[in-house]
Amino acid sequence: MNAALDVQGLTTRFDTRAGTVTAVNDVSFSVEPGRIMGLVGESGSGKSVTGFSILGLIEEPGRITDGRVLVEGTDLRAMPPGQLRSMRGRKVSMVFQDPMMTLNPVLRIGDQMSMAVRVHERMNKRQALARSRDALAKVGIPSPEERLSAYPHQLSGGMRQRVAIAIALLHRPAVIIADEPTTALDVSIQGQILAEVRRLADETRTAIVWVTHDLAVVSSLADDICVMYAGRIVERGTAEDVIARPRHPYTRGLLDSVPGQHAPGTHLPQIPGSTPQLSRLPSGCPFRNRCPRATEVCTTEPPVARFGGHTALCHHPLEAA
Amino acid sequence: MSPLLTVDRVSKRFPLKATLIDKLTAGLGNRRAGGTVHAVTDVTFEVARGEVLGMVGESGCGKSTLGRIVSGIYAPTEGTVRLDGEPVARGRDDHVDKLTTRVQMIHQDPFASLNPRMKVGETISEGPRIHRLVPASDVRARTRALLEQVGLEGAYADRFPHQFSGGQRQRIAIARALAMQPDLLVLDEAVASLDVSIQAQVLNLFLDLRRDLGLTALFISHDLSVVRHVCDRVAIMYLGRIVELSPAEQLYAAPKHPYTQALFASVPTLGTGRRAFRPIEGEIPSPIDPPPGCAFHPRCPFAGPRCRAEVPRLTASGPGRTVACHLNDGGVGLKEAA
Ligand SMILES: Nc1ncnc2c1ncn2[C@@H]1O[C@H](COP(=O)(O)OP(=O)(O)OP(=O)(O)O)[C@@H](O)[C@H]1O
Ligand SMILES: Nc1ncnc2c1ncn2[C@@H]1O[C@H](COP(=O)(O)OP(=O)(O)O)[C@@H](O)[C@H]1O
Ligand code: SF4
Ligand code: SF4
Ligand SMILES: [Mg+2]
Ligand SMILES: [Mg+2]
Repeated sequence: MNAALDVQGLTTRFDTRAGTVTAVNDVSFSVEPGRIMGLVGESGSGKSVTGFSILGLIEEPGRITDGRVLVEGTDLRAMPPGQLRSMRGRKVSMVFQDPMMTLNPVLRIGDQMSMAVRVHERMNKRQALARSRDALAKVGIPSPEERLSAYPHQLSGGMRQRVAIAIALLHRPAVIIADEPTTALDVSIQGQILAEVRRLADETRTAIVWVTHDLAVVSSLADDICVMYAGRIVERGTAEDVIARPRHPYTRGLLDSVPGQHAPGTHLPQIPGSTPQLSRLPSGCPFRNRCPRATEVCTTEPPVARFGGHTALCHHPLEAA
Repeated sequence: MSPLLTVDRVSKRFPLKATLIDKLTAGLGNRRAGGTVHAVTDVTFEVARGEVLGMVGESGCGKSTLGRIVSGIYAPTEGTVRLDGEPVARGRDDHVDKLTTRVQMIHQDPFASLNPRMKVGETISEGPRIHRLVPASDVRARTRALLEQVGLEGAYADRFPHQFSGGQRQRIAIARALAMQPDLLVLDEAVASLDVSIQAQVLNLFLDLRRDLGLTALFISHDLSVVRHVCDRVAIMYLGRIVELSPAEQLYAAPKHPYTQALFASVPTLGTGRRAFRPIEGEIPSPIDPPPGCAFHPRCPFAGPRCRAEVPRLTASGPGRTVACHLNDGGVGLKEAA
């Protein structure tokens, strides 16, 4: 099947006082219609910059220096700015951690949603409101007609995030990029949204990139997982493969440090050291000064190790458990 | 042995001052104007010396408010808090009482909780100096020892907070609290903002300190796996009240309160595969206008008429366990209760 989103060799750099840093380094992955790709990594690993780069939303002092972003086969990076703008919100849309980045606090939900509809499609206000109501119903908002006349502050945080997701869905996009959309929400509300998102992907065939630092969330939600470290995708595979049979030492370390799978009160396995600054990465494998498997050869660029469709960027990938 | 901490029928209510937005939207059904927030309602529990009690619940359920009451930062509206049988010195609201040194609080945000203009060593030694806990000549050595105890280099005393990562700052916050030689630590979401690999490091530090110093702690967190890992007993809160209190092992093996059961089922966990969670239906009600009877009844699959009329009391349910649910106390029907 054709990928809804195909990212190839995407590279984004920032000019900083400490020199030029590569925040997204040769990132490649693809997502088929109806599938959810979990993009996981710790803070600063480059998840958000990847999301913004896909949408072409990188501003000074940053720039995308390389790569292709194909949405249903069309390269967004080769498009003139006007055409790219018309793709955003229509073919590819984004959901942020803070729904107020999408919502206007002084407009009623119905007004802002119907405006968003009519940016890309000619229809009268009544039709646009009907489309908005349907989108709200789709994300599981009870009595959606009533919510159309509400202001954002009259809704709970979970409801606001649902509205933001509904707005992202308005034009039935091929791809949605969601950046930590449930991180600020309570577990019971997060659970509701995850269940709705799974159903939406199955029903609408939208391809979804779900950006998060939470391994448990992606293991329950995603079909496929990419693990990011220092701007690179260090491991990629089906959710089951990556969670149950990690091949990269970093993924293994991350999974092991999650409490809940170890006897209470015992020491948790921990990755030594802390996440490196991009301006001070070691040569070769960026994980090598924290890696228990590192050897001399790790001072050189690690190759892609392949296990069927499951890949790890590593000189000494783990054996299958 | 008498408990170190006794919290007895404590409630905290906040009167709400209406903002301009509230006044403008009062006609639209905004209930904030002139309302009261029932942040904590009728909470009773004890913590034994050397024990770590977990306090779990969703946002707004009153965990931090309870933590601040125990720390003497807020005075309770009703009820009493005692340490070794003596009432905790009360500060005025919104004013940290400098006299309360026996309880130390550690907060979620390691970026906001350290003074950016103060060297780390000064931050750690300030409390003990003001309260004359150590002779002036020993302050420097003691500060270095504390830094080493939390896994940092003693020489870091001369650096400023911005030179440290989130995990290191949280270690500094822990060192500052330990410097006061507290009887009780209150940790409010102390690892919530840390990345999972750093979180593991800080939890290991907490376990080490607990073993070496015999710490007593109130461990507030929304993360069920973290709480299970470090706590002896766990209290589950919902909308200002404790709904279940149990030794951790038994609680995780078999949660009894319908909310606890639903909460556990709604959390995605590692390795259980796709969709291995069942969300709780409905929204968290507002603490400004809590539902009558059992506050969980609008979302509870077992709710009956009694649940809408009568607040369930915490009653015993097995050794060391209490549950506040009518199912555990005569049933949910009105007739059965009569
Ligand atoms: N100073 C205050 N004035 C008015 N309302 C307050 C005040 N402090 C807390 N509240 C309210 O009391 C309730 C309980 O708040 P609290 O901060 O204790 O919740 P929490 O359980 O710690 O939540 P979280 O998990 O989000 O930290 C909330 O509805 C909150 O808005
Ligand atoms: N505007 C910017 N200028 C310089 N560096 C930036 C900028 N935005 C992001 N970065 C850097 O890019 C890296 C990746 O950031 P980000 O994608 O936000 O991480 P994540 O979302 O994984 O937490 C970080 O090191 C961050 O400091
Ligand atoms: S390449 Fe070497 S240092 Fe990097 S993860 Fe693999 S074994 Fe570790
Ligand atoms: S008291 Fe009633 S509504 Fe509350 S948890 Fe028990 S059964 Fe459910
Ligand atoms: Mg981010
Ligand atoms: Mg809190």
